[in-house]
Amino acid sequence: MLRFILKRLLSLGLSLLAASVVIFVAIEVIPGDPASYMLGINAQADTVAALREELGLNVTGFARYSGWVSGMLHGDFGTSYTYRTPVTDMISDRIMVSLPLAIYALTLSTLIAFPAGILAASRRGTAADVSIMGVTQLGVAVPNFWFAMLLVLVFSINLRWFSAGGFPGWDQGLFAGLKALTLPAIALALPQASILARVMRSALIDTMSEDFIRTARAKGLSKSQALWRHALRNAMIPVLTIIGLQFSFLLAGAIIIENVFFLPGLGRLVFQSISQRDLIVVESVVMLLVFAVVIVTFVVDITYAAVDPRLRGRA
Amino acid sequence: MRFLTPKLALAGALAICTTVAQAETTAITVGMQLEPPHLDPTGAAAGAIDSIVYANIFEGLTRFAADGAILPALAESWTISDDGLIYTFTLHSGVTFHDASAMDAEDVVFSLNRARAEDSTNAQKALFEGIDTVEALDATTVKITLSAPNGAFLFNLAWGDAVIVASESIKDAKTHPIGTGPFVFTNWVQGDRIEITRNVDYWGTPARLEKATFKFISDPTAAFAAVMAEDVDVFPAFPAPENLLQFEQDSRFQVIVGSTEGETILAINNKMPPFDNVKIREAVAHAIDRQSIIDGAMFGYGTPIGTHFAPHHPDYMDLTGQSNYDPDLAKSLLAEAGYPDGFETTLKLPPPSYARRGGEIIAAQLRDVGITVEISNLEWAQWLEQVFRGYDFGLTIVSHTEPMDIGIYARPEYYFQYDSAPFQQLMEDLNAATDPAARATILKSAQQMIADDYVNGYLFQLANTTVANAKIVGLWKNAPTQANDLTAIYWND
Repeated sequence: MLRFILKRLLSLGLSLLAASVVIFVAIEVIPGDPASYMLGINAQADTVAALREELGLNVTGFARYSGWVSGMLHGDFGTSYTYRTPVTDMISDRIMVSLPLAIYALTLSTLIAFPAGILAASRRGTAADVSIMGVTQLGVAVPNFWFAMLLVLVFSINLRWFSAGGFPGWDQGLFAGLKALTLPAIALALPQASILARVMRSALIDTMSEDFIRTARAKGLSKSQALWRHALRNAMIPVLTIIGLQFSFLLAGAIIIENVFFLPGLGRLVFQSISQRDLIVVESVVMLLVFAVVIVTFVVDITYAAVDPRLRGRA
Repeated sequence: MRFLTPKLALAGALAICTTVAQAETTAITVGMQLEPPHLDPTGAAAGAIDSIVYANIFEGLTRFAADGAILPALAESWTISDDGLIYTFTLHSGVTFHDASAMDAEDVVFSLNRARAEDSTNAQKALFEGIDTVEALDATTVKITLSAPNGAFLFNLAWGDAVIVASESIKDAKTHPIGTGPFVFTNWVQGDRIEITRNVDYWGTPARLEKATFKFISDPTAAFAAVMAEDVDVFPAFPAPENLLQFEQDSRFQVIVGSTEGETILAINNKMPPFDNVKIREAVAHAIDRQSIIDGAMFGYGTPIGTHFAPHHPDYMDLTGQSNYDPDLAKSLLAEAGYPDGFETTLKLPPPSYARRGGEIIAAQLRDVGITVEISNLEWAQWLEQVFRGYDFGLTIVSHTEPMDIGIYARPEYYFQYDSAPFQQLMEDLNAATDPAARATILKSAQQMIADDYVNGYLFQLANTTVANAKIVGLWKNAPTQANDLTAIYWND
């Protein structure tokens, strides 16, 4: 087991190194100079040169790459070109919005999807199943930003229950923070819940036709007893895989929803930084997301191996 | 509580009510589409910086009034020597920065010398080019000697890039600006909002508002929702012109339509064949129907212009007739220039909607006279690289938002590359002229000259459209510079 973990750790390190090279090169080749972007169209050439010097842009690409990587190893992502504040601070501020939003949306989506999926699977072919499938089909089809605008129209503009967007900050209290994240979380959760409910339903239906369920039924368990005691646990594997994928999507992929609700999250930070050519911020956020995904994969690999000893040999 | 008479209790209750009412009406939330990168107006071109700090946090020796006039600010008065070379400013006494340190002549010397220094990162360094020396004669007197007369000097000092800062606090100004203005910076939640509060020690007329919050909403639809839900009280430069009519018809809101300093032009690469032929540029000018661009791209908001000058300026000349919409004339001009079947060129568009929407309409209009354009949409950083510095374009659309910037036509290396000795001479004369009448004559000749040379296609002056709560009084109608001067704003309820 130790040998397996060491092997996985080595491959984790190599993946991160490769990712850092790819990210750095990919972003550095985008045309556009951060200094001339900041100084605009009336600036003189010597002013742009002075700012490039101040930002440390006049050294070679390799020197900037090694500076960036060695800084990251100490937990220092460098200083943003445009905001002139440490990237680490900027990212940690934004994570305090994006992470709770992702957790909130995932919780909502699970709370909706589990009952809906189980109900549809256990009443397969009935009116309940057909209507749940119909609604989730719609949920998958509706773009979340459109649904978000609909929520704003109803709950902010007409009913005035929620603000149309923005985030007051956690220092204004847990309730104020959660309230501000409610509409965005619902908008994000609906499509995710629809996908999850459909996966849940088909996983359960598949499991219900397995031999061990037939054995359980033969022992005298009712259909719903068999479902709750045996099928549900076995159907969870594909469902949990989907939840894991959705979580990383929600963390990084809420850019459009963050724009609709003008939330200061990670997605909007990347979006802004790309247009301002604040390369160091883009590189660092992308690197962080890669790191998160690689770590999650690593943990999942280790868990699989712990659960299923057959997997250890294959690494 | 036993000894409290009913009358007193009532008075107390009333007092509480009044406080609540006051708390509601001395705060304002201003929506902005772009978040500033930082808050030092002397270190970047971003208009969003001035939108927050100009006249609120930082002040210069002079300032722009709502109508574009130049008013004294930190300078109480000044004298100009007869040869126009020496400006002696008398500063207000008793002015302090927000950190309670005194603002005196030494701070003025520091600020102006810093802006024009060799390693300066001031985006408008050219404003200070003519300064020879800056001296503090005593605590409230500053003598500035110019190397040549400059009729626009007081105007230049009113820019946000020329504000007075303190040597002790400028280092942190990017995240914590310390100025002399009527508002003090209090908080910045990056990506969300900036808060400023009233400066109780302000040297001039204090602001009526106690607190202002600038909220950053980049998406036009989100901006619409935020105003409708009354999360935002004022939204200057409202990004969704298609919704303005709806606000006009809603009694909760007022829509204020004014003018900006933004001359929106179809810029032409004057050095790139065939555009180096004036006949071709003239043909382009006649191929364009300004009104249909204003209607189609700006929902009717905007004033047609025929030269590079703001229509609200007293010296403006209406030259739109000289480049009127006449596709037949455009075709015959093309034939005269040797292109009877037209030609192909590029049209590179930066992100603002005036460019993206306007570009489609212009492409169609040019196609009608035989000019085929290939449209490419660029981000600002790419636009700066390819168009502005690389001269790699045939046509582009951009709004020049700097006030009184006709002087860019005297810079042959400026991206549209207009190289005209007579025009450069005119600008030299303008700089030397201090008499208002003489300046007006020169400015008019300059407008005429660039219109005669059809340097660029002049489209329209960008409108300043503000949506605000109907009870707010004191908002600027026009935008002589990018600013949200909150000093005189109050709630009328």
